[in-house]
Amino acid sequence: MSSLIRVRRAASADLPQVIAIDARATGLAKPEYWAGILRRYGRGARCRFLVAEAGGRLLGYIVGEVRDWEFGSPPCGWVFGIGVPAQARETGVATRLLEAITAAFRRQGVATVRTLIARDNRLVLSFFRSQGMTAAPVIPLEKDIG
Amino acid sequence: MRLQKNTLLALYSVLEFAAQPARQLSVTDIAAEVRVSPHHLAKVLRALGRAGLVESMRGARGGYRFVANAKRVTLMDVIALFEDIGAPPARRRRTRRPAERALEQVLAEIDQTARATFGSVTLDTMLKLTARHGRG
Repeated sequence: MSSLIRVRRAASADLPQVIAIDARATGLAKPEYWAGILRRYGRGARCRFLVAEAGGRLLGYIVGEVRDWEFGSPPCGWVFGIGVPAQARETGVATRLLEAITAAFRRQGVATVRTLIARDNRLVLSFFRSQGMTAAPVIPLEKDIG
Repeated sequence: MRLQKNTLLALYSVLEFAAQPARQLSVTDIAAEVRVSPHHLAKVLRALGRAGLVESMRGARGGYRFVANAKRVTLMDVIALFEDIGAPPARRRRTRRPAERALEQVLAEIDQTARATFGSVTLDTMLKLTARHGRG
């Protein structure tokens, strides 16, 4: 399966399937958000909105970019969205997507890739762990300002 | 962060089983590997068996074999069989002082992070990590 997967930049024709994958995972369809993601990250050397496909079927997506001095950190790649439908999991799709975006970040001269995951999102957390990612030397903080 | 002795024994044992899923390992095999008495280890393995992580095998040699999905079982799944990380403190008769409540809030934050970390590391990831340490 893994050898049949092709990873490429996302196009507007992919959005309905990306929106559907995200909606199944989060319970919320966000067409305007994804149209904005395509506008901002669909092109440019430092931005990546990639999709994986096999046999004409879209199997997943990943979004990220290189950010300079974010939170005081030297330039590094940030992954802030990844999705693979349940039926395509454990087939190497997410691994291929992460490899592709990591390669793109490396070409931009960065040596670190980071992400931020909700503490209770065990599925995605365990995927990134399986790829060798460990706790970063940062602590996310928040405050209720409602 | 410290884990109880039985929890550690369970983690080391389940990793031994997961590393050789096709192989049936006796209590004696594992006990020698993790350096504990077979009698003590047998209780731990029974708990792993009740949780569906290993299966008891009958026969001349007997033993256990791994029957779970190493890509889905996390360290937290195993730890939770033996101890409760981040359990709220027992209720007390007298109202606790504000400083105690404040400290409990900080400790709860640490516990939540520990639970999330253990819950994100699968046995499969641990086996890869173990292999890397073996090469180092």
